Amino acid sequence: MRIYDLATAEQDFIAEVAARSHQDVRTCYQCGNCTAGCPYTFVYDYSVSQIMRLIQLGQQETVLRSKSIWLCGSCQSCTTRCPNRIDVAKIMDVCRHMARERGYATEREVKLFADSFLRSVERHGRAFELGLMVDYVLHSGKVFTDLDLAPTALARRKLPFQPHPIVGRDQVERIFQRFRQGGAHA
Amino acid sequence: MPKVAYYPGCSGQGTSLEYERSTRAVCQAVGLELVDVPDWSCCGSSPAHMVNHVLSAALSARNLDLAHSLGMEVVATPCPSCLTNLRNAAVEMEDEGFRSKVNALLDRPYTGAVDPQSVLQVLVEQVGVDEVARRVTKPLTGLRVACYYGCIMNRPPERMRFDDHENPMAMDRLMEAIGLEVAPFPLKVECCGASFGVPRGDIVMRLSGKLLDAARGLGVDAMVTACPLCQMNLDLRQRQINAALHERFRIPVFYYTQLLGLALDVPRQELGLDRLCVDPRLALGKIKAPAPVQ
Ligand code: SF4
Ligand code: SF4
Ligand code: SF4
Ligand code: SF4
Repeated sequence: MRIYDLATAEQDFIAEVAARSHQDVRTCYQCGNCTAGCPYTFVYDYSVSQIMRLIQLGQQETVLRSKSIWLCGSCQSCTTRCPNRIDVAKIMDVCRHMARERGYATEREVKLFADSFLRSVERHGRAFELGLMVDYVLHSGKVFTDLDLAPTALARRKLPFQPHPIVGRDQVERIFQRFRQGGAHA
Repeated sequence: MPKVAYYPGCSGQGTSLEYERSTRAVCQAVGLELVDVPDWSCCGSSPAHMVNHVLSAALSARNLDLAHSLGMEVVATPCPSCLTNLRNAAVEMEDEGFRSKVNALLDRPYTGAVDPQSVLQVLVEQVGVDEVARRVTKPLTGLRVACYYGCIMNRPPERMRFDDHENPMAMDRLMEAIGLEVAPFPLKVECCGASFGVPRGDIVMRLSGKLLDAARGLGVDAMVTACPLCQMNLDLRQRQINAALHERFRIPVFYYTQLLGLALDVPRQELGLDRLCVDPRLALGKIKAPAPVQ
């Protein structure tokens, strides 16, 4: 059992999570239902109910530097089964947003893959699968682990070589630009 | 004739082209008119909601706005991931404060109230299982399947408002209506590993492996899905799963629209059965020819 000094509880952190998720984290009574149904616990460093407790205790750094918030699959099991109707998946999402804004990326590849995806959407207006794979490989510097799938995927024409251009590409690009300028929070 | 706006989603242009085409063919065969959202863009998918909810909603709202400009009340999508994003945007924008933040990112503010639904929901609610059954010309008797819904089509229930969130039945009922034997699949709403296939393949190996194992335990000939990402994890990655888990799964994974298309006898080339990675021919060979009418 680990002991957390409540003197290190960051009240601002608790308030920020609550405000951005519109959830009352205080109502969690640690029943563990969320963890019982979470398919991702096997890769988490803190289970989802532990993340909830750490938020209640204001343990900002532990939460925002955890692997769990990056590995949550947003499957909605916790939200669906919480007896206190806390939208737990949304809290996980909000923690991920806050970690990202602070420049943390405990699961670097997961972050980079999302980045590549969004760059593809910004550039083309739609996700262009082959292009985003290439972008991901370039940015992560990782040996592409899915090369074994290429023959099957190509033989079945699963990856078109050209993006599908859309007329409103600029409109989509401007959504991203305004987002970066304004830093919209929610 | 029921008519809805239609949002195909990016994966329908690539990895799940066969889902996209079979969806259109089946809707046509049962008299459901799909009006394409003109010049649609990506809804943002999971990466956008992992970054920021306003950004995610804005990427979706551009499409809701285009659907609204068609004068439609419902926009249907085959992809549960698109559905989640579009629905989240639509519901969260009921809040004025949130809506104005989203609109600040858009060229044209969204003022509509379009309701995003899955094509599956529209088929079941606006066409009806009985009507689909009535149109079947080639029943698929002799084949036993497990229907897998994925984790987000029905959850959370207050938001998705369709079918049962622990034991959904919409696909089961449609598959029964076309003559299939449907095994009760206990992992219908478990997660397959989502979009972690590329950055953390181990997650998909474990979670999708569990699904394949449960399906095999039920002695099914095939699995049936309604989600491009679930389908890809279970089908395209099945060989990787076998290698990682020292398994020998060989379970074909159909889109439910491909099987509907077979039973409704839509042109074969619209179904893209040759695009499935695990060869479905052995399973399809089990379909019994209907007894000749006396
Ligand atoms: S299910 Fe709800 S109340 Fe129970 S531990 Fe999880 S968040 Fe807390
Ligand atoms: S949404 Fe995330 S935390 Fe909740 S059960 Fe699913 S994977 Fe676990
Ligand atoms: S969720 Fe997937 S399929 Fe849907 S639009 Fe977005 S990327 Fe494309
Ligand atoms: S099961 Fe997997 S792919 Fe399917 S909806 Fe859930 S996360 Fe998406």
